[in-house]
Amino acid sequence: MEWVLFVSQLLNGLQLGVLLFLLAAGLTLVFGIMDFVNLAHGSLYMMGAYFCVTLTSALGSFPLAVLLAVILTFILGIAVELIVSRHLYQRDHLDQVLATFGLILFFNGAVHLIWGPEGNPIALPDYLNGRISLPAGIEIPTFRLVIIAIGLAVAVGLIWLVTKTRMGMLIRAGASNRRMAGALGVDIRKLFTLVFALGAAMAGLAGMMIAPITEANIGMGDDILIVAFVVIIIGGIGSIRGAFIAALLVGMIDVMGRSYLDDFMKLIMDNQSAETASPALSAMAIYILMAGILYFRPRGLFPPRHR
Amino acid sequence: MHPPVRLGVRIAVLLALAVLPALTGALDQPFLLDLALRIMILATAAVSLNLILGYGGMISFGHAAYIGIGAYAVGIPAYYGEYSGYVQLPLAIGAGALFALVTGYICLRTKGVYFIMITLAFAQMAYFAFVSIEEYGGDDGLVIEQRSEFTGIIDMESTHQFYYVVLVFLVGALYLVSRIVNARFGMAVQGAKDNDQRMQSLGFDTFRYRLACYVIAGAMAAAAGWLMGNYNYFFSPEMMGWTHSGELIFMVVLGGAGSLFGPLYGAIVLIILEEQLSSATVYWPLILGAILIAVVLFARGGLEGMLAKLERRK
Amino acid sequence: MRIHKMGLISVATAAIMGAAVLAAPALAADKVKIGFVTTLTTPAAVIGNDMKDAFDLANEHIGGTMAGLEIEIIYEDDGFKPEIGKQKTDKLVKQDDVDFITGYIWSHVLLASRKSALDAGKFMISANAGPSQLAGKLCHKNFFSTSWQNDQTPMALGEVLNQRGVKSLYIMSPNYAAGKNMAAGVERTFKGEIKGKDMTKWGKDAQLDFSAELAKAKASGTEAIFVFYPGKAGGAFIKQYMQAGLNESIPLYTVYTVDALSLPKFQKAEMKGVLGSLATQFWSPDLDTPQNEKFVSAFLAKYGRYPSFYAAQSYDTLFFIKSAVEAVGGDLTNMDGMRAAMEKADYPSVRGPYSYGNNHFPIQNFYLREAATDSEGRWTTKIVSTVYSNHQDVYAKECKL
Repeated sequence: MEWVLFVSQLLNGLQLGVLLFLLAAGLTLVFGIMDFVNLAHGSLYMMGAYFCVTLTSALGSFPLAVLLAVILTFILGIAVELIVSRHLYQRDHLDQVLATFGLILFFNGAVHLIWGPEGNPIALPDYLNGRISLPAGIEIPTFRLVIIAIGLAVAVGLIWLVTKTRMGMLIRAGASNRRMAGALGVDIRKLFTLVFALGAAMAGLAGMMIAPITEANIGMGDDILIVAFVVIIIGGIGSIRGAFIAALLVGMIDVMGRSYLDDFMKLIMDNQSAETASPALSAMAIYILMAGILYFRPRGLFPPRHR
Repeated sequence: MHPPVRLGVRIAVLLALAVLPALTGALDQPFLLDLALRIMILATAAVSLNLILGYGGMISFGHAAYIGIGAYAVGIPAYYGEYSGYVQLPLAIGAGALFALVTGYICLRTKGVYFIMITLAFAQMAYFAFVSIEEYGGDDGLVIEQRSEFTGIIDMESTHQFYYVVLVFLVGALYLVSRIVNARFGMAVQGAKDNDQRMQSLGFDTFRYRLACYVIAGAMAAAAGWLMGNYNYFFSPEMMGWTHSGELIFMVVLGGAGSLFGPLYGAIVLIILEEQLSSATVYWPLILGAILIAVVLFARGGLEGMLAKLERRK
Repeated sequence: MRIHKMGLISVATAAIMGAAVLAAPALAADKVKIGFVTTLTTPAAVIGNDMKDAFDLANEHIGGTMAGLEIEIIYEDDGFKPEIGKQKTDKLVKQDDVDFITGYIWSHVLLASRKSALDAGKFMISANAGPSQLAGKLCHKNFFSTSWQNDQTPMALGEVLNQRGVKSLYIMSPNYAAGKNMAAGVERTFKGEIKGKDMTKWGKDAQLDFSAELAKAKASGTEAIFVFYPGKAGGAFIKQYMQAGLNESIPLYTVYTVDALSLPKFQKAEMKGVLGSLATQFWSPDLDTPQNEKFVSAFLAKYGRYPSFYAAQSYDTLFFIKSAVEAVGGDLTNMDGMRAAMEKADYPSVRGPYSYGNNHFPIQNFYLREAATDSEGRWTTKIVSTVYSNHQDVYAKECKL
């Protein structure tokens, strides 16, 4: 039944991939359009998860809590944009890195103050807590399928928004040439706020999707932020399509590395060395991938044109 | 004529560092010396980062890897019973330079944020590589029983002697960077930061200049790592973690990127703030975070920039 | 002239910065000073707070004095980083001049701090971390542990598996030193077949999604799963183990994963599948000793939750220190006298009487415990049986004390 395991792992990779996409989409838009390095993007992911924790226990309904928490994260995104980010677009990347690192510390401290240091679980309703049996004896937790479905739906929605709507046209214009978009008489400031908040809401949604699996934790966003950056670098900054493909690629490589690398390594070295080497290699895999891609394509797989 | 505030502060800080051992002895505050040691070692690494980041425009997000490499260059020979500083120090510098040469050759093909991320990638690879080497303690790291030996010349075990060794390295790093940036070589690197194409058309092979600069900075940071390993009597992969690379960047930016003494000021302020705040309250990240944001929003050019403003106003 | 003035101002600025650091309390000989280094920020602060609460409670129980000396406790946060832990240790032994230094959740923090404390001639007492180096080659006359050596608990678990006739096992553990110790410990005593082993990413960006590993474990056809996931990873693992439905087919055996810190959260999330899971430990809240009953009931009353084993170790540590200070009548300069007293372990421990080996690690019992419901419906752990009596770690023979 080797291929049953393989299909399960494909689904696991897909789930991780769409989660990374939710996080990376906002990051790549903000970076591509505003040229803004936002280290605090992970904090919005964390805040989304914590909003969802509180709302779930207050309302007693997980789906309702997610809906409200997404709106709350959207509003928080607007606030962060107006108070901090907006003043940093004209600065160089170093100032942005320093200030948004300050934001990370600030949010981590604030969560510690409000929710305490312990991890916060989210209880899923029974209909999400079970498993779904697919043909040929493949079983997958229902909630993981839900994550995949929501992630794909958001991806489709976002690609539609970017390619088919007027706002999307402005976003694309902004990503490939900011000054040009401004010259077209677009209210650039409003567009920026909107894009930032949209990214925040998607990051928050990702946090809400992962919290029922791993709990909401202080610093959860810092851990995954680096991976999200890897994704947008591989995909090419500013490219939604690139982010989507890179997220799936990174998700698959991570899961497949963890699943099959030790068996593979045992073919070429003794068991003892394979046991030591394979966890290290699978942890390094995505960085090796990124370094390799950048060596051959210094601006990622799908860089937007005319930058 | 404006009063030379910046020069005054520079002299005062160096003077204060020079007389600190006597001062802490008189006041019976030996811990101050430990804090100053940590500040000076990290400042040395930050000064080397400033060379590529502040002057060369190469934002390395993997500079902590060199500190780790330098520390392992103390620890691994010690693990096999080799304590001689004449082996360990050149090994640290050589390993740092080699790692910088190999990774720099690949990294410098990229620009901007892609450069940031690829330097991070190499540091992460080094981190995970050392985590997996069980022989040298893996994630837990290893302890060493004694510092590097320079028999008959310096006794590194003596806190005061070690202190002045560190101070010499710090001053040496500052001197080296000031010489480099004022030399033709340094001018070329700074020129490439502002306009790479123009420098190339003037006949400079900017890639080689930048690579050389990157290797020098790596070797300097590895020397700082050699000091750090000796100071801690301990080395672990954690020293290479990306949060430490981030910390070094903050020291440089906080102090003022591209100013000679900025990294030193940044290191002093950041470490003292962290130490004081974390002893005072567990919510210290909240306060430190707010301070960092305020510094960026309201004090351009970091601490050195503030001093310069003070100088102009008077 | 002006230059001179500016120089003066700068010196003054530097002096003020220095003075901020200098603001330290003066020495006092009528006090016992205890430094406590633990993690009070990051999610691991849950552990640090539990230890701190227990230490405060112990201080309350002994009335804030020992041998007529007032007790002063200084807590410091290591931020989960070895370098910061070392810096805080330096501060405690040099600036605050503490007499004892304790706490230490993490092996790497303890290892990094060890030399600072011991070179300063202080007693260092680990209230949790038990890396093999300190039990073996790096043992020291002034170092004591009130907890255990890393390998002991999983070795006991391997023994349990043999006793219960388990034939095959799948091992999952974080890829760091303690995680490898845990996996090695269970492999050392377990006699059946190891179906597979996954060492997952740990550290700053630890892996918390175990879907791939769980799928592998399920496909391997193993009879049982063994895991070691302390802190936040433990909660995440157990949730996913149950969401994947493995609790219905493959029983779970753990060390340091299902404890008083994680059980209330499982209860809140209504994850009943965790009840009945088995783990080994040197202590449990229901262990029947007078000191333990006093400790657990007071902790429950004061903090409204069960204490964890981290808390039990911390509570013990203060009584342990007290026994040493009282043995020398409060003469804190009598290091030899205090050391001799500590080696006897002559104090009321919550785990009952135990003794010290040559390496100053406890020789003690290990129990099998089960996650269960108490009389008031709270989830806790209960002792099932004794696995090892008076067990000593395997590294003691490498120690030259």
